[in-house]
Amino acid sequence: METTFTPVLSLIGGGLIGLAAVLLMLLRGKILGATGILAGALRPASRNDFVWRALMLAGMISGPWVYFSVFGGLPAIEVPVSTGYLLLGGFVVGIGVTLASGCTSGHGVCGMARLSPRSFVATGTFMLTTGITVYVVRHVLGA
Amino acid sequence: MWSGMYWGHRPMRNFLTYLTGVIFGTGIALSGMINPAKVLNFFDVAGSWDPSLAFVMGGAVGVAFIGYRLVLKRPAPVFEPAFDVPQNRKLDMRLILGAGVFGIGWGIAGFCPGGALPALGTADVRVILFVVALIAGILCTRKVLAATANT
Repeated sequence: METTFTPVLSLIGGGLIGLAAVLLMLLRGKILGATGILAGALRPASRNDFVWRALMLAGMISGPWVYFSVFGGLPAIEVPVSTGYLLLGGFVVGIGVTLASGCTSGHGVCGMARLSPRSFVATGTFMLTTGITVYVVRHVLGA
Repeated sequence: MWSGMYWGHRPMRNFLTYLTGVIFGTGIALSGMINPAKVLNFFDVAGSWDPSLAFVMGGAVGVAFIGYRLVLKRPAPVFEPAFDVPQNRKLDMRLILGAGVFGIGWGIAGFCPGGALPALGTADVRVILFVVALIAGILCTRKVLAATANT
């Protein structure tokens, strides 16, 4: 499935992701990791701990509607894989991010911006295994 | 003085935290990270390659790198008594194994947690299925980790 190269929108969107990471540090002193925020909300340390996570999650799911109000339609979500792959992928992602204590946002954006050696190693590792997996799925298995 | 600062202004604190989530979700939607087809195409150099994701990462890391330098000069965040930043600098097998496994899942499904959570806002059933599987993976791994830690 072909997608359009969108350097300007992607750069602006990326800038907003970075801005949100900076704001969460300024306001609440926290790393903006989607894994950490979700996992912590499933087992909050305190009421205050649950509230900030729930507010972040509520804000995140409002994002597509900000997009809607600007562009008059929801952003495209094209899933080029089967439901089985979607469920398998989700479960495997859950295992990986729990072991690694972070994902693309926590390690790839926040950790790299903090020059954390753990995050550089994590990001390098998952970019490599994602690339290998996509190659195997698409060009070896032909799914 | 600081305690008055962070325990007061609760409506403002909550509103600004929500707004931060909105900015993140909007960035994910605008950048294309919300779209698995676009994310998978970034990695498909041998096929339908779309380099957009490099611009997302570049923009995000660039802004966060500069912003963190300014913010972390403060003695404390605006609404909390202290910064809560990971201090662990140890490169262990659990980190590398976890990151490797995460990448395999990301390559299979095309969603990462940061892309999928904002996507829940569209109520797309495929996103809901992915997030349910994601939560199941998180909870099962926790159970296994807790069990092995006790033995």
